[in-house]
Amino acid sequence: MIDRDALRLSLELATLTTGALLVLGLPLAAWLAWSRRRWKFLVEAVVALPLVLPPTVLGFYLLLGLGPRSPLGRAFESAAGHPFPFSFEGLLIASVLYSLPFAVQPFAAALAGVDHRLLEASYTLGASRLATFFRVSLPLARRGVVSGAVLAFAHTLGEFGVVLMVGGNIAGRTRTLSIALFDHVEALEYGAAHRTAALLLLVSFAVLVAVHALQRRPFAPWNGR
Amino acid sequence: MERSLSIDVERRFPGAAPIRVRAELPLDGVAVLFGPSGAGKTTVLRLLAGLDRPDAGAVRVGDETWSDASRGIHLRPQARRVGFLFQDHALFPHLDVAANVGYGLAGLPRRERQARVREVAGRLRVDDLLSRMPGELSGGQRQRVALARALATRPRLLLLDEPLSALDAPTREALRGELRGWLKESDIPAVVVTHDRVEALALGDRLVVLSEGGVHQVGPVLEVFGKPADVVVARLVGTENVLPVELLQRETGLAVVRAAGLELVAVDPGGLGQEAFACVRAEDIVLEEAPGVATSARNRIEATVSDRAEEGPLVRIGLDCGGLRLVALVTRPSAERFSLWPGRQVVALVKAPAVRLLPR
Repeated sequence: MIDRDALRLSLELATLTTGALLVLGLPLAAWLAWSRRRWKFLVEAVVALPLVLPPTVLGFYLLLGLGPRSPLGRAFESAAGHPFPFSFEGLLIASVLYSLPFAVQPFAAALAGVDHRLLEASYTLGASRLATFFRVSLPLARRGVVSGAVLAFAHTLGEFGVVLMVGGNIAGRTRTLSIALFDHVEALEYGAAHRTAALLLLVSFAVLVAVHALQRRPFAPWNGR
Repeated sequence: MERSLSIDVERRFPGAAPIRVRAELPLDGVAVLFGPSGAGKTTVLRLLAGLDRPDAGAVRVGDETWSDASRGIHLRPQARRVGFLFQDHALFPHLDVAANVGYGLAGLPRRERQARVREVAGRLRVDDLLSRMPGELSGGQRQRVALARALATRPRLLLLDEPLSALDAPTREALRGELRGWLKESDIPAVVVTHDRVEALALGDRLVVLSEGGVHQVGPVLEVFGKPADVVVARLVGTENVLPVELLQRETGLAVVRAAGLELVAVDPGGLGQEAFACVRAEDIVLEEAPGVATSARNRIEATVSDRAEEGPLVRIGLDCGGLRLVALVTRPSAERFSLWPGRQVVALVKAPAVRLLPR
């Protein structure tokens, strides 16, 4: 049997992470796409960091920074009612940080691809910057936004190291599918491991197929990028 | 006091000469910013729209200050209520024509918005295209939709950046006259940027001639074309005689017009109203000794040489044709052979196809 709790937890975590990344990532991406600040590259580097960082490093610093001995951690504890480590909320924060580049980079690329004159046309027609973002930028960048969201969802579904570091392995609370798979293998339950692995493989493949189908332009030749 | 548009701005660019423009324009009719590319025409238009900030100087409309670099004032483009027509139209590709035209009317109730869209679309003859997407429109249609979108919000000032340059030649010819009509009819003051002298003549009431180094001349169109202030302006406006004319009759493809008591025959370009400009290039005027002999030229004008100016191998001859002034360009040997000096009686010959009529 597949661990139903783990499946539910994985989907919940991926959905909430994707939602949080849309809310936080779109303004950040808009800033990255349009800002002319000189130190923009620094922010770009920070956003891209999780791409190259071992997840254990991110997990380690999160535990330090948000653990019970840090001021931030104590603030978290008084707000959430329980300590940061080994909680679902902690897992969510870690996931959002870890999947940041997978969402923000496609968002920013898509927003930067919107013709600037269209935004200016919108301003001269009286629309505010925010209204222009929702009426012009977002609809025109929708392919990139959708693929960023889908990638973030898939990436969260498959994350392992950060979850193990921050969330531990608590059934029903922090044990996601990828952790469950690890458990199955440790316990030599190869039947269950097969089913869990196949499920993760299938979902990931379906998600990538969806992303590539979305990005395909009609009538574009196969190598015509 | 008449409200006016006062521009006194400087904008700097890295590695290029700064653009400094100073002009005072009455807030009615169509002002044309005319000059070669790189003279800063579009820069000025963007400063007027508030899309860019001047590095120094100010923009004032009537008693309102739109920009003032020294006081740090900059009114947002949203608050200026200008209609901006972009060179390549900048229609929103994901919205149909109706949504494009109604884009600036988001604050209106649905019913009023639809009524206004239909009204403006009808005026610009795009009412049968309302459900089309911009990608399905021809260049001329896109242009009319963009103008409808800009007019829909009832702007206080219209800004048009090379309005006809994105169109193919036949469409441009057809739209030029119409554009003038729409601008007149809308009764909204407009600033048009163009590098095309025919466009400047056809659209403008007043001309601001820009070239490197700033403004060279500001004045009514005819004055600038008739009396260029300096060599730069003269070169830009060309050696063109521009005469305000009145249509007398049209038949068999020809039009007869009157310019200050003088009748001229021209090829009928179509779309003529009662008033037009007749343009004759100075090099298309042939001078012969009075009283002259019969030729195939349809226009024979008796004239007296009033002045002459040497221009390298050519001589520019000013002609007094009974109250009307024409300029002819002849070679120096011709000028010598016919002793074209002030007081000399001549006949100016102009073929009908050389008289180009521009509807006003």
